Order: sequence, then C-alpha cells, then structure tokens
Amino acid sequence: MKSLPADYFSVFGISPQLALDLPELQRQFYVLSKQHHPDRFARASTEQQRYALDFTSLLNDAWRVFRDPVARAEYLLKLKGYDTPDGRSNDGRASSVPTELLEEVFELNMALEEARDGDSNAKHQVAEALKHFTALRESLDRERDQIFAAYDSSKQEFHLDALRSLLHRRRYIDNLVRDAQQALS
Amino acid sequence: MSVFQIDFGDTPDTPPRVVGIDLGTTNSLVAFLDLTGPQVIPGSNGSPIVPSVVHFPPTGDPVVGAEAQEALLIDPVNTVYSAKRLMGRGAADVAGELALLPFKMAEGSESVIRLSVGGRQLTPPEISAYVLRQLKQNAEAFLNETITQAVITVPAYFNDAQRQATKDAGRIAGLEVLRLVSEPTAAALAYGLDKRRNGTIAVYDFGGGTFDISILKLEEGLFEVLATNGDTHLGGDDIDDLLLRIALEDVATEWGRDLSADHEAVQRLRRAVINAKHELSTLPAATISLDYQGLEYRRSLPREVFEKLITPTIDRTLVPCRACMADAAVTPEQIDEVVLVGGSTRIPLVRQAVRALFKSEPHTELNPDEVVALGAAIQAGILSGEVEDQLLLDVTPLSLGLETMGGVVTKLILRNSTIPASATEQFTTAVDGQRNVLIHVLQGEREMVRDCRSLARFDLKDIDPVMAGMARIEVRFLIDANGILNVSAKDLRTGKEQSVEIKPSYGLTDEQVEAMILESFDKAEADFNERQVREARVEADRILAAVDKAKQSDAWFDLPVEEQASVDRAINELHLSYHGDDHVLIQSKMEALDLASRGLAENMMNSAVRNVLKGTKIE
Repeated sequence: MKSLPADYFSVFGISPQLALDLPELQRQFYVLSKQHHPDRFARASTEQQRYALDFTSLLNDAWRVFRDPVARAEYLLKLKGYDTPDGRSNDGRASSVPTELLEEVFELNMALEEARDGDSNAKHQVAEALKHFTALRESLDRERDQIFAAYDSSKQEFHLDALRSLLHRRRYIDNLVRDAQQALS
Repeated sequence: MSVFQIDFGDTPDTPPRVVGIDLGTTNSLVAFLDLTGPQVIPGSNGSPIVPSVVHFPPTGDPVVGAEAQEALLIDPVNTVYSAKRLMGRGAADVAGELALLPFKMAEGSESVIRLSVGGRQLTPPEISAYVLRQLKQNAEAFLNETITQAVITVPAYFNDAQRQATKDAGRIAGLEVLRLVSEPTAAALAYGLDKRRNGTIAVYDFGGGTFDISILKLEEGLFEVLATNGDTHLGGDDIDDLLLRIALEDVATEWGRDLSADHEAVQRLRRAVINAKHELSTLPAATISLDYQGLEYRRSLPREVFEKLITPTIDRTLVPCRACMADAAVTPEQIDEVVLVGGSTRIPLVRQAVRALFKSEPHTELNPDEVVALGAAIQAGILSGEVEDQLLLDVTPLSLGLETMGGVVTKLILRNSTIPASATEQFTTAVDGQRNVLIHVLQGEREMVRDCRSLARFDLKDIDPVMAGMARIEVRFLIDANGILNVSAKDLRTGKEQSVEIKPSYGLTDEQVEAMILESFDKAEADFNERQVREARVEADRILAAVDKAKQSDAWFDLPVEEQASVDRAINELHLSYHGDDHVLIQSKMEALDLASRGLAENMMNSAVRNVLKGTKIE
C-alpha cells in the first residue's frame, strides 16, 4: 500500500514554508480532492478505501491549517520541534503578559471592570483600547508576513524564534480584543 | 473471406446498482439514476411517496406507508410516525414531544428509545428499517433486480448518534449504506445537474421535522459546503402541533369535551389541521373540519391568521440562516442562488421570509418533495462511478471535543470542517501501572461538558503497565465522509495498535444492531409462525374439549362403532400434530376431526332438542 504523506506540506508536494500562494493552493486542493476523495473509491478494495479516507482527511486538515496564517505558522514551528502554546496544555490566557504590553493591559482590565459595572465613560475607554489593540494586531500581522518571507528565503532558525514570540504576543492581543468586543456588545 | 462474429453472449457483470433514499420525517422516497438522469421510483399505488408511517397490527405483518397512515386513524397506539425525530436520542430528549404522540415509550429508554407498539418493543432504527425495507421492495419490484446498496440522506445538522442510528436502520433493513449524505447538499446536487454553473448557493431545507441551511460553493462540478446550520427539531410537525393544540382547545369550548386523551379523535383532528395547512398554501382561507361521534366541528382559518400563528416558528429558521452566512463569511448579496427544499417551503410566508433574508427569488423548479431523493440518486451515481464530473465536499455540522479537567470541553475538530477530517491527541497515565484511560468525546459548540452532547466514552484498554506519565498513547479521531466518528489508538512506545472499547452515549452497540438484523430476518417470520401455532393450539384445545364432553353423553353411545373408531383416530392424530410447530398440519387435523365427528354433533343436537322439549313439558 502507498504510504501516506508524512506532513501537511508533502500532501501538496511542497517543502515546508511559511508564505503560501493560497489561490494556487486552493486549485491544488480541488484537484487532489477529485483524485483521492473516498467517493471515488466506493467500489475499490478495502485497502484502497482506507488510503482514500486517510489521504483525504490529511488533505482537508492540511488545507484548513494552511488557509489560516497563524495556524500555518504554529504548524511549521511544531514540525521544526518548537514547543508552541496550542491553547490547551499551555493556555494563552494564563501565560505571562508580554512585558511591553503590561501597562496597557492593566489599564484595559480596569476599564473592562468599570464597563461591566455600567460606567459609560469606561465603555468609551474600552472602545479606544479596542481600536488600539486591533491596530497593534494588524501591525503584528505585517511583521509576521515579513518573517514568513525572510524565513522562506534563508531558512534560518532565528526567524522562527522571532515568529514564536510574535505568535505569543498576537495570541495575547487576540484575547484582549475578544474581551473588549464582548464588553461592548 | 473473414467471418464477423457477433457476440450475443452475456454482457459483462454489471456491478450492483446503488439507489438513493430520502428517509424523511413525514415521507420517504427512493430514486435511481438512469441515462436521462435521476428518477423517483413509484410504489405499487403509483406514487413515489411512501409516508414514513408504520402500523403494527395485533396479528399479521407490519404495514408501511399510505395504508399505515390510514391505520393512524383507527389504531393510533400501534402506529408510529415521525420516528426520525426519535433517532439517536434518549428518553430525556423527547419527553416533551412524546406527550403529543399516541405511542408509548417502554422502560429503559435512557440511551435508546424503545416504543411499545403492537405488543413488542422497538427502537427508532428498527421502525425506520421497516420504511427502508418498503422502499427497497418498491425499487426491487420496479427495477426487477435485488437492491443491496444505498445512499441515505440525513439532515445536515444531524449529530453523530443520529447519523449512526440512520446507518443502523439501513443495516437492519438489509441495505449496505455506502454513504450518508446531507439533505441540503443532495438537493444542491439535484439542482446543479442541469445548471452546471459556478457560484454560491444557499439551500433552505424546511421539512416535516427538521430544518437545515447550507451554503455551498459550486465550482467545476465540485460542490463544496462552506457552512451548515440548522435545528433537528424544527419542521412542519411543529406547525401541525401548534394548530392541533389550538383546535383541541377550540373543540373543547364548542363541544364542552376535552378530546386530548382520545387518540383517535386527536389523529382525526391532526389530519384536519394538516389538510387546512396544505390548502392555505394556495387558498386565502381553509376550514378545519372534524366529524366525530355524531358531532360536527367547522372552523374557518384565514391565511392571515395562520401566518400570524406560524410567524414565530418561521422566525426560528432565520437564526440558523444568519449564523450560517456568518460562518461561511458571505453576505446575502454574495449568494447567487437560493434553493428551497422540503414540503414546508410550499407555505407562502416561508417563501416570503426566504426572499427577504437572501434578497433574491428562490428556486422552486424541482418538486420540493422529490429533490432530496433525486440528489441522493446522483450521489449514488458518483459512488458507483456512473457520474464522474461531480463531487461533494461536505462538512461536519458540530464541533468535536474532549472532556478535560473541570468539566471543560477542549475542541479537536471545529464545526464546518470539510470531512473527512481528523485530529490526533496524546494521552498518558496518571498512576503507576495504570492499565486503562477513559476518554469522553462530545459534540457541540459550548464550553462546558454539561452543555454539549455526549457522543461516546472510549476506553483505552490493556495499556502496558508503566510508571505514571510514561505511557504515550496517540489517539486519532477521524470523522469520515458520513460525518461519523471513528477512533483508533496507537501505543507510541511499542508502536502497537491500542485496543479501544467504544461505549456510545446514545444509540445501539454494534452487537445490538447485529442481533436486530438477525431478528428482523428470521424472527419476523418465526414470530408470525409461532403466533399461528399458538392460535391453532388454542382452537384445538377447544375442539378436543368439546369432543371429550360429547363422548360422555348418550349421543356417543348412539353412534355406530365404525364412526366411534374414526372419531378416536382423528382425536389421536390431532394430539400428535398438537405438539409440533406446523400450524397448517394442526389446522388440517382439526378439520379432519370436525368431519369425523359430524355424526356425533348431529346426535348431540338432537338429544339437546329432546332435552329442551322434555324440560318444557316438566314445567
């Protein structure tokens, strides 16, 4: 029996990389789906059916992860042996506050508490903070794309270190944005 | 000169045909694919629609379909309808709706409902199996070949247990279910066949018992479901129940009699409100009429009033629609086509609501009752290889998660993930020498275990006894193309396959389904035969006792000796057949005794008449 691809990148026949051409990858996804989907093997041997099922689930998992730049980056870090916070064993919320954000986070938390108590002025503060953190997240995403490109061309490890700490900060900001949005809705 | 040989030999073995089945809450249909496209298959009464109703008469075989629907009026306690609503559910899930249904639930229905009907206890998959078997028979009669493989449709929002129950029903009916396909996706397939264009489609599927909304992207024959949402407990049945409750109150006021405990009256009234509902799809007003035990009830229902009554029900369908658009990341303007499926979409107010929400005129070209079965037949064609240019990429409707510390659910596979989809997770032991690890798998979107639906508990057994935390068991959760979870585990230290015992929270175990398959094939016949033997014996007892009594009377001694001998022979033969299990033989020996003792019976009659006359004289 054919052996299954070892990782998500091999499913698409590409080497591990961070910047992906998503429209092209989607075309590939459709082509591979048409070739390997279990529906194409309903009359085949049990072994072939099993392969179709396993390959297609891997293909779907891979496409789902690759579509999302954050999930994709986390996947590559894991593949390269980095221990990434996956939101389970190491909950993003519980992990340490990135030092450069300490003061702002403290202020936001105060405002959130007051807003929950019905302070309309605090609500305004929360809205401001939301704007600020959303902008911060956008700039992190630009920074992320730069790291993606830098790593892909040089394959140097230190880019992954930088990526890992960026993802950590981003996760933290994600949580803040969500809390702020909740408080305002 | 060469001779051309014409080969009239057998055509090469064609692979078995796969039919497409729409197993609906109210109605079911079977369809197949021929060279011109998908076709629904009519039953012996000419209609392709088989009402999903099964009647279990006190004697004889269960009756399915239109005939069973009639039985609903005369024998409601032994007639099951809407069994689909009970599939994959436990007693606690359906307590509310069973109140309005005439059939009774048996004890021990916590994880699988058992209904007490026709003197037996049956689970919803067994009842659905009767409907499936009827469809199978219709297809076999129409196509003149044996049918063993099928595609069966399920509501897109069906959870794992409900899908498994549907698959079980197929197995019990003697069908290998090659694929479960979601109803809205099947409908899109049926519409896509003659359109063949690219774009975004919304399928609004409002059936008898369930509501689904799916948004699909159609590209070069590929039907990719972007998102799905729904409510497995929202359908035309709810409108019927609503009207029925109001009508019952109204009748009570008018007649001064509460009919709600009278099953027959309730079923008649139910039929009356359904008729009115149907009429209101085309007429501005309808009359709910009931004639019962010499009493007459007539209530005019204008469409305006009807629409006011059902607005909350219809509004309930709009919530999943909005959630689905959000999940698919599309706006109403980005949806190119809207397709309507299910009988309830005939209601003008439903069409109006759909038009307003999606801002476009919905498609209704295909018969909403047939479109799902037609799509199932196309999917059957995809599986058999007859259709090569189309493919469905469906999604799982609900997130899959694990119970972790503090009753929290950790999500492994998120809803709307394209299936098949998988996730792996590593587990270890907490105590030295621990041999088992129990994994609790749930479905749902909420964070706490208590708010999600328990799917199953998986017991990783016979783990190598090692120090706490040393074991490394990798568990793979795979949702297959049917939307059903498969779990496998591997011991990473030894590389060996790890045994997993599955304890489903709702539904039947594999062994139970196996037993039902055997029972349904052998026992249906055995049951019937046994009952006939029992009945024959009762009759034989009666005859033997009567002849025995006659032998004590003068009439016996007045009988010629040869006739006495032939009666005794007949008695003896009846006794011999009595303990066998051939009711036909018992029957024939009874007839023989009856014939042999005719003279005895005549003598008895005569002496009885004499006695009566004597009696009158004495007085």
